[in-house]
Amino acid sequence: MEIQILFAGLLFLTGLVGFLVRRNIIFMLLSIEIMLNSAALVFVIAGAHWMQADGQVMFIFILTVSAAEVSVGLALILQMYHRFKTLDADALSNLRDKQTSEDL
Amino acid sequence: MTTLIALIPALPLLSFLMIVLFGRLLPKRVVAASAVGSVSIAAVFTVIAGIALLSLPGNEKVIASRVYTWMSAGGLTASVAFVLDPLSLVFCFVITLVGALIHLYSVEFMGREEGFNRFFAYMNLFVGSMLILVLADNLLLLYMGWEGVGLCSYLLIGFWYKVPENGFAARKAFVVTRIGDTAMIIGLFLLFASFGTLNIHDLMEQASSKWISGSPLAVISALLLLGGALGKSAQLPLHTWLPDAMAGPSPVSALIHAATMVTAGVYLITRTHVLFALAPAVMTTVAVIGAITLLVSGFSALAQTDLKRVLAYSTISQIGYMFLAMGIGAWSAAVFHFMIHAFFKALLFLSGGAVIHLLNDEHDIFRMGGLRKKMPVVFYTFLAGAASLSALPLITAGFYSKDQILWFGWSSAASNHWLWAAGITGAMLTSLYTFRLVFITFFGELKTQPGHKPGRYITIPLVILALLSLAGGFIELPENIGPVHLFSRLFDGVLPEVKSAMIATPESLFQLMSGLISIAGVYFAYLLFLKKSPIVKFRKNRLYDFFYSGWKFDKLYDILFVKPVVWFSEIDRHDFIDNVYTSVARLTGLLNSLISKTQNGRLRWYVLFLAAGVVVLITIMISL
Repeated sequence: MEIQILFAGLLFLTGLVGFLVRRNIIFMLLSIEIMLNSAALVFVIAGAHWMQADGQVMFIFILTVSAAEVSVGLALILQMYHRFKTLDADALSNLRDKQTSEDL
Repeated sequence: MTTLIALIPALPLLSFLMIVLFGRLLPKRVVAASAVGSVSIAAVFTVIAGIALLSLPGNEKVIASRVYTWMSAGGLTASVAFVLDPLSLVFCFVITLVGALIHLYSVEFMGREEGFNRFFAYMNLFVGSMLILVLADNLLLLYMGWEGVGLCSYLLIGFWYKVPENGFAARKAFVVTRIGDTAMIIGLFLLFASFGTLNIHDLMEQASSKWISGSPLAVISALLLLGGALGKSAQLPLHTWLPDAMAGPSPVSALIHAATMVTAGVYLITRTHVLFALAPAVMTTVAVIGAITLLVSGFSALAQTDLKRVLAYSTISQIGYMFLAMGIGAWSAAVFHFMIHAFFKALLFLSGGAVIHLLNDEHDIFRMGGLRKKMPVVFYTFLAGAASLSALPLITAGFYSKDQILWFGWSSAASNHWLWAAGITGAMLTSLYTFRLVFITFFGELKTQPGHKPGRYITIPLVILALLSLAGGFIELPENIGPVHLFSRLFDGVLPEVKSAMIATPESLFQLMSGLISIAGVYFAYLLFLKKSPIVKFRKNRLYDFFYSGWKFDKLYDILFVKPVVWFSEIDRHDFIDNVYTSVARLTGLLNSLISKTQNGRLRWYVLFLAAGVVVLITIMISL
């Protein structure tokens, strides 16, 4: 039981680190998928542990949601590439506070 | 009868409320009718109450009317209560009568103005406050009326508020009179601390029994009250606001800045004459201030070019006569001159206002001239007012009132010959500057064509006031002319009589002298300003500039008070307390600039902070 949970945690951490270190937005989307799957894995583990089908049912739901999410995400990436001709997430920082140094 | 007295100030106040609340819904005619009607009915009520008062026997000529207790706390009881006695009767009579005539005049004068309703609302509020002032039975209520008229004066000077200069003039009037008012309220505190009451009658009785003549408290409280009177009545050294107050419409100048409000100081001193009698030094001060003021403003009036400013300085000068009279103990003469002055000065302002109005707001007398044939009614009424102001002998009311003051100035035991000399010099100046005005404005060649003719709402008040300023003096004749003393008999037992010194010279000699002096003034004015005799080059020299600027008082106060205060506030801008508040602001700004650096627009950083936050939260939850 602990091993499986630890595995799921490692998987989540992999996704998180991947999200944080990667600048390419496609890899960031991939990392999100990994994190989502690690969460889904926890449901399956829990379902197996308590001998309940609910965990598996929840996994199906998450799979559906992630499919929808990926399609929306890919559409956004496509738009981003169209508009900015880049896949670098850090290039899109228009929402930063621009007047920080001008006050006082 | 008691409710009638309460109604006298209530009527204009009710009309004020009506105009303020429903003025927008009412047609102009109803507003005008309400404004004029309320003051006229108050005048009728005053006459009725006056007749009732005078039919009371000898020394009991008092009608009191208590409306309700205004406040009662810790020994201080102030009620809204009115007292009508001969003194307040005279003031009420003048306020309501002259007020009604000026309201009537204003209906036509202000007819085409934008703020018609606003004007009449303020005017009614003014009349109501002024009536409260003169009818109040305690000093606190009197002070409320006092501040009320000050407020209305401010509002009406700045009536045409779109011109910034008018706003400055209004603020100047407010601030300068506030100096006097502050002295006065401190005086009220002192009186209350000494006697535990502010009821005027009780106060005067206790003062005369507890304080001996010349005791320090009596002198201080009389001086403080005098401060208030100086501010309101525009006497030296607080007179600088009145010439600038002419920025208001002419009816305002006539009602507030000539006939009624500026004489509130005279009323206050006369009302508390017992207190002033206990402080002989202050009485002398009053007389000296009056004498100096009448000379200073007389010379200033001689050099003005604005018609209304001449009249303003003349008002200051005439109130100087009243102060002179009060200072030498000639109370009834002061009040008599107040009444006659109200008639002729209101008349002068109204007919002067008509001239300005008909010439499309031309104020400069050197651009007028030759108007005698063009507007005969205005000319003859103005002439009547001017004659009365110059105290032309026998035919004008001004002669009888001013001659009385001059005679007491010579004969009173409290006076000395310097005061009399100032008065007689002032009389000469008065007729000189008055007829300078008449000759320059109405004689000579026509320089500006009048726009239209005055209507009957303008001419009727002018004619009535002209009759009053000519014939009003016959109710009080000098001893040697006739045995008519209707006015001073009114004050038997109310105001003390003048203590005469032993004088060998007959009164008629002085009458002859003052009569000749005023005629001589007219003659000199004729020589100087109509014949343009080359004896004196009157324009454009240093003395002229000095008089034109009103003896440079504004400049003096600017250097003495305004500049130091501005300088001090400049250097005191960053004092310790300010530093506390600015450092709070700086700290906030610093924190803001630190934290706003984290808003860098990079998604991955946000996620990092989010993850770190979750880790911290989970750690806390586990460790609990």
